[in-house]
Amino acid sequence: MRWIRVLRGLGFTSSVIVLATLSFLAIAGAQTSPNSPPSRFTVVLDAAHGGDDTGGRLASGQMEKADTLALSVRMRSLLAARGMAVVTTRESDTAVDPVQRAQTANHAKAAACLSLHATESGSGIHIFTSSLAPAEPARFVPWKTAQAAWITRSLALAGALNSALLHEGFNVTLSRTDLIGVDNMTCPALAIEIAPLRGPDGKVVAEPDDADYQAHVANTLATALLAWRMEPHQP
Amino acid sequence: MIPRHQKILFAVLLAAALVMAGVLWHLRQRAHQRLLAGEDSAPTKAPDVAPTERATLLVANDADGSLLVQARSLPLPADPGARARVILGNLLDLYAAPDAAHPVSGGASGIAQVFLLPLQRGKNGVSGDEMAVVNLTSNFAASHPSGLETETLTVLSICGTLRANLPHVTEVRFLVDGQQRPNLAGHADLTRIYLTADAATSTGGNNQ
Repeated sequence: MRWIRVLRGLGFTSSVIVLATLSFLAIAGAQTSPNSPPSRFTVVLDAAHGGDDTGGRLASGQMEKADTLALSVRMRSLLAARGMAVVTTRESDTAVDPVQRAQTANHAKAAACLSLHATESGSGIHIFTSSLAPAEPARFVPWKTAQAAWITRSLALAGALNSALLHEGFNVTLSRTDLIGVDNMTCPALAIEIAPLRGPDGKVVAEPDDADYQAHVANTLATALLAWRMEPHQP
Repeated sequence: MIPRHQKILFAVLLAAALVMAGVLWHLRQRAHQRLLAGEDSAPTKAPDVAPTERATLLVANDADGSLLVQARSLPLPADPGARARVILGNLLDLYAAPDAAHPVSGGASGIAQVFLLPLQRGKNGVSGDEMAVVNLTSNFAASHPSGLETETLTVLSICGTLRANLPHVTEVRFLVDGQQRPNLAGHADLTRIYLTADAATSTGGNNQ
């Protein structure tokens, strides 16, 4: 009633303008809400290789593509149990193009994107961030260097995972490299490579496809992502 | 009674056989002489050995993902391309050693050739910088261990070694048996041009 009295006081033309403005703002608000950052915390798990692309061969004879898929499935369960939404780039032994992987990650508007690898070389966990130079975020970004605007966040994510893995006693190597797929992702993105667990004498204690070793790594990463979710800079 | 024309034919064939035998004997003698002459022209003094020079190798270490600088004295040829090939061959020989910190089989034979191409900057100017095109053998690529770290370290150690010894080489491109290949052993991208300056900054290292 008070609003009607106010509108009567403004006159007919002014009332129409005020109502039209309010209607426009309401419609605009309704239209922009789906485009706003999703409130849920989404993690993209990209099990590397698949199909004809077998990746490397582990000492046990298992192919890298199978090991990365197993780790992805394990992490998906752990992250879902911690209340996170999970998007995977593949759920079976299928070939997925690097461009398709990046598209899946970019559509998910994820808070973290992890490309999972396994190797027989080196030891512990290798964390790779894109070697692209950091760039300012822009409305339109080149596809090949889309990750450049997210490098700072990716390095922060690498730091968070590194701390958690070190705390659990893993040997961690941090590096930067050029990665097709990861370089096209518009999210904090890392490539994580699991190498054999070695003792002080350099002998292999656990292979990357060892169930206990893999569970320990997956648990640590899931806990680290939960801590990453709680950090104040998250959208 | 043998007809006269058959006698003549027999005589002609006999004469032809004798002539051919003579020609064969003569050819054999000439071939023998040629062989002896070849032996005479063999070098009698040792070839000149290239002078020994100091070369710097950036040696990869899988344990901590680092590149370690190693200085070595090597006989190096004067030609820059051949020089680069010898230095990189020496680097790969280290990786082929039984106790290598970055084990990759193949050794020096993994580098087929190294070509150095001048880089043009601007409209007319030549900057003096060069691109090294490293032609790897398919055997080397096939026997290289698969993995993000190990492949990246191989590529970066080659780039870093080229930069340390040939500072004018600013870019590196990789071929395998003269052809472009998507990756080394499933991970390291071989389609891109690598900047040698990246070799100094890209490697991280163990932080345990």
